[in-house]
Amino acid sequence: MKNPIIEIENLSKTFKSTNGEVHALDNINLEILEGEIFGIIGMSGAGKSTLVRCINFLEKPTQGTVFFDGNDLSRLTKKELYKIRQSMGMIFQQFNLLMQRDVIGNICFPLEIAGVDKKSARKRAYELLELVGISEKADSYPAQLSGGQCQRVAIARALATNPKVLLCDEATSALDPATTQGVLTLLKDINKRLGITIVVITHEMRVIQDICNRVAIIDHSRIAEVGDVEQIFSNPKTAAAKRLVFPQDQSIRHFSGTRCIRIVFDGNSSFEPVIAGMVLDFRQPVNILFADTKNIDGKAFGQLVIQLPQDDDIANGMIEYLRAKELTVEEVEGYV
Amino acid sequence: MFEPQIVSMIGWGFLETLYMTLVSTLVAYILGLPLGIALVVTDKDGIYPKKYFNMVLGVIINLLRSVPFLILLILVFPITRFVVGTTIGSNATVVPLVIAAAPFIARLVESSLKEVDSGVIEAAESMGASPAQIIWKVMLPEARPSLILGSAIAVTTILSYSAMAGIVAGGGLGDIAIRYGLHRYETDIMIVSVAILVIIVQILQEIGMRLAKIGDKRK
Repeated sequence: MKNPIIEIENLSKTFKSTNGEVHALDNINLEILEGEIFGIIGMSGAGKSTLVRCINFLEKPTQGTVFFDGNDLSRLTKKELYKIRQSMGMIFQQFNLLMQRDVIGNICFPLEIAGVDKKSARKRAYELLELVGISEKADSYPAQLSGGQCQRVAIARALATNPKVLLCDEATSALDPATTQGVLTLLKDINKRLGITIVVITHEMRVIQDICNRVAIIDHSRIAEVGDVEQIFSNPKTAAAKRLVFPQDQSIRHFSGTRCIRIVFDGNSSFEPVIAGMVLDFRQPVNILFADTKNIDGKAFGQLVIQLPQDDDIANGMIEYLRAKELTVEEVEGYV
Repeated sequence: MFEPQIVSMIGWGFLETLYMTLVSTLVAYILGLPLGIALVVTDKDGIYPKKYFNMVLGVIINLLRSVPFLILLILVFPITRFVVGTTIGSNATVVPLVIAAAPFIARLVESSLKEVDSGVIEAAESMGASPAQIIWKVMLPEARPSLILGSAIAVTTILSYSAMAGIVAGGGLGDIAIRYGLHRYETDIMIVSVAILVIIVQILQEIGMRLAKIGDKRK
């Protein structure tokens, strides 16, 4: 069993605005384990950016606290907090690089803050630049780099002080899909190679699906659901989780049919073409009303809604066929 | 076209103007730069919010900024006499110039520093940078091009203030322009003095713009 490196306890954050109080976070409890990639997902405005800023106390919680590596952050002096933050790297949606410093200067920056001498700082910066795969850009300035390259520099900079945790606040949200993939692969790679714990804040399900081990779904300032990514994908319990996993769920209502069933793929029947096999066996067509499946590590997750043939015998036969394949099947009503 | 003593007088006037402008700018920055930093840092969204200090500082700066320079020049005579020993000549003019320019510079510095992306400051905070480190290593270097442009505005403004001090025998080209142009109707000497002032402003402004551009790595 791995040890928790970050423990969030009864954490609430309230902002005072002219229109009264805004409860950004409401009684959050979370444990993030050493070495894992932990995702926090939610719609915009759910409070996830505030939550990540509470983890390194850029935002001070109104109530509750955060333990990092056994230290209660709310009990630290300012100096101790500065020191602790050096063991928590952070990357941002907008990269937040120093525009007047070149790439090496940017990576050296946290080392200067930590009081590392110039020579060893530069040496470390070149090593990190190699790690993130853009050694040739050492003397470039951020304005000369693409978004993906900027984020790689930001990752190198965040890793410079050998942090135990890397916090990623919507780190891929400003990047195109191909670049996103590259950055995600890099994050996965450094997690494996350095054993660093990574906390990923995002609104994109595919980011969670690609790299996270566990995920917390945050909805209206509260944690709606926490669990392994596979488990949440196959069997989301709360409305907030369902909305994120099956974002198009509402559209089913527009379809009509006599008998409809919902088939849930929970990762068991991955590479087998179940529906096609069933159609061939029964020599009867079915109508696919809704499909949203995802392939995670070779396993199929998601759901399918199909309209069965009029004949009840065939319809019942099909349901049994699917159950025999260990799929979760339920009749759905109200789509007629 | 002018007699040699007139030429040498204008030459001295030129040097006096440069002397007053540059010394005043330097001293005004020594005062105004920390004040500008203090304004930004202690702002409610700053890295070290201090509500009441910020309010008081803002009011003092606005008060000084709202006194017309000619009136300030005369108002501060006692201070000038205390510091320099006299109220005429270029050394004496430096005192009111500094008092007028420092709050102006504080506002220029404030607006330059506020241009620095708050995300970059947040990134530095996330690395455990102290407010002092953020000021020295993030805010000032990142705002450098804008600070240099601001200093070009400051130096040219101080130059034109220094010419106003000619009214109270403050020395420099402004003094000459007023004495000869206004009191003796020797318009040609006034025109030459003013022309030299115009050229100095052009050159200083151009130097500032170029320095700002050279130092800017955003393009």
